[in-house]
Amino acid sequence: MTTMTGSRPTLSPAARIARMHKQGKLTALLLFLPPALVLFTLFVIWPIFNAANLSFFKWSGYGAIDNFIGTQNYQRLAKHSVFHQSLWNSLKLILASLFIQIPLALTLALLIYKKTSANTAFRLIFFAPYILAEIASGVIWSFIFDGDFGVSGQIAAALGIDPFYILADRQFAFLAIITVVVWKYFGYHMMIFIAALQAVPEDLLEAAEIDGAGRWQKVFYVELPLIMHAIKLSAFFAIVGALQVFDIIIPLTNGGPSNSTHSIVSYLYTYGLAQLNVGYGAAVGVVLFILCMVTAFSYRRLAMGKGGAL
Amino acid sequence: MKSFCLGAATVLGLTLAGSALADDVRMLAIEPNVPEGRQYYLDVAKAYEAANPGTKVQFDFLDDTSFKSKLPTLLQSSARPDAFFTWTGGVFAEQAKAGVLKDISAEFTDADRKNYSPSGIQAMSHDGKLYGAPMYAASVVLWYNKALVEKAGVDPKAIKNWEDLLAASKKIQGAGIVPIVMGGKDKWPIALFYGQLAARIAGTDGVAAADKGENEGFNNPAFIQAGEALKQLADLKPFQPGYMDTTQPKAAGLFGDGKGAFYLAGNFLVGAQAQNSASGKGLSDDLDFITFPAVEGGKGDPADTFGGVNGWLVTKDASKPTVDFLKFLTNNKNQTEGGRLKIWLPIGTDAQSGIADPRLRRIAEDLSKAPHHQLYLDQMLGASVGAALNDAAAQIVTGDISPEEAAALVEEAREMR
Repeated sequence: MTTMTGSRPTLSPAARIARMHKQGKLTALLLFLPPALVLFTLFVIWPIFNAANLSFFKWSGYGAIDNFIGTQNYQRLAKHSVFHQSLWNSLKLILASLFIQIPLALTLALLIYKKTSANTAFRLIFFAPYILAEIASGVIWSFIFDGDFGVSGQIAAALGIDPFYILADRQFAFLAIITVVVWKYFGYHMMIFIAALQAVPEDLLEAAEIDGAGRWQKVFYVELPLIMHAIKLSAFFAIVGALQVFDIIIPLTNGGPSNSTHSIVSYLYTYGLAQLNVGYGAAVGVVLFILCMVTAFSYRRLAMGKGGAL
Repeated sequence: MKSFCLGAATVLGLTLAGSALADDVRMLAIEPNVPEGRQYYLDVAKAYEAANPGTKVQFDFLDDTSFKSKLPTLLQSSARPDAFFTWTGGVFAEQAKAGVLKDISAEFTDADRKNYSPSGIQAMSHDGKLYGAPMYAASVVLWYNKALVEKAGVDPKAIKNWEDLLAASKKIQGAGIVPIVMGGKDKWPIALFYGQLAARIAGTDGVAAADKGENEGFNNPAFIQAGEALKQLADLKPFQPGYMDTTQPKAAGLFGDGKGAFYLAGNFLVGAQAQNSASGKGLSDDLDFITFPAVEGGKGDPADTFGGVNGWLVTKDASKPTVDFLKFLTNNKNQTEGGRLKIWLPIGTDAQSGIADPRLRRIAEDLSKAPHHQLYLDQMLGASVGAALNDAAAQIVTGDISPEEAAALVEEAREMR
């Protein structure tokens, strides 16, 4: 074995432990590592392996887990058109988050990041949807879209036209869900951008002004480059968040009409848990976990530069 | 020594706690649809406790969805209740196979069984063993709004078969009235049509054979024919606008507000259409029903009923008085009272006398005279196949799949069950 850091001589593991003991590090290690390690293993690592194992079984939730079916759950998943649709829907959510939600949040942040009382009021208003529980937002919007008793029904009645039932329409139902997702989360991204914009040094902006930069030039050449780290972080949250959308879909469409509006997670819930195919649900969970991991790691590599620094 | 004392104390404590619970009955119920339901259970428990000093009966309530999702874990833990509510059917079969239930065949004598309708006892049995006591039934009929059908010039009593219903729908539509109110968002209201048609065409024996995978399972021509009949109806576009974004409770309210002529639902609609209507009153005397039409050439007896059977299942290692309490809960007096309170249609043989509403009384009489009572197909087939069937029915109606594809979808789910 080669030396780890140039000049240091190679130590046997026993000698290394002895040295750590002398430095007092060993006590700290033995005292502080186990609780965290045990909790992490018990509540994160173990369930992941357990789910991965379960995905090779057919299990209804009752009785012993003994019906091993190999990769059948995964084969079924690969063939299931509703799963394909839910993957496609999750991708649409990611695209909408990246190309509608984040530009919207950025624009608003640029408009209201300066500390004035009017801006504080706007911030509060724009951030309010994020504070609402997801399920509550879903229920509220289902009333808005309701063509009989809801807001859209009342608007249609006032205009004297036939009510439009957007959630019952295969073509537009998912558009309604995207609208609610954008509405719900843009305030969160806006807050990240506001915090970053407020940290942009005032003297840089002043210097740009003295050099003759206009409003847009200041935005594009000073502010945006300086908050790029926040934009990258925001985009990362948007992608991972879009993969996990669930609570909004259930009250709005419950996956319908004709299973056209499922996300990966609502698909997992409907086909795995509600229909008591726990093994099948575990297989969906494993696929989702892999998707999230791949996204996280490749995003670190691609967007966040070398070493993944923000 | 100290730790030994502690250990001994713990063991003693647990034993004492255990023995104190040995004579208690813990029941897990679903939240009743009507407020009177909860009080009814608590009153029955109190009456039993008064008659059997030393025994405590406790009812816990959960809403439908939490009940279904918590039950598998609960039944396999030591915290399981002594008896729990059941919709019978496929999920009950799973539970019986998994060994979480108690065989109580020996504790129900022939005299005990005579208190219930045979279909009730049959629904609570698996492989010839009895696992619980039935309590009530639900039966689906085709409800109509008297005022609206009269306005359209349709005589509902003359609707005897499927073709008649299609013709009536067209006529009602011609009068500018929505023929059928539908809660399509929940899917199962659509599947009621599909299931009813399947029962009329294939007969209860045919449905049971398909469930077992005999005669090509659900690919059997009878089920394709049921899908085609459903498609015939859907092609008329007989439902209110936006029916795929209408939940069943909302649809019941729309029907109660006079927004459509027909509504296919169980006996519970009498209460639901009034409670959920905007006026709060519903159709009152304008509400009446006909039995689901026959299908020409179908094997099902037009007098067969279609709906649910509900009751209580006993868990393994249930406390001693559990079965005795179930007999008390479902005895003639208590069932009659439940019927009087409009909580349900009693399944007891002589428990119909309490039903005051003439429509409910007619449903109860039809139910007791029916040669067969077909269980809701989604309950009968179990969670996954049932959901596939509901999906299939909804997609036939929205025109996304053909009747053949629908049948294949259900059969595929059945093969994977």
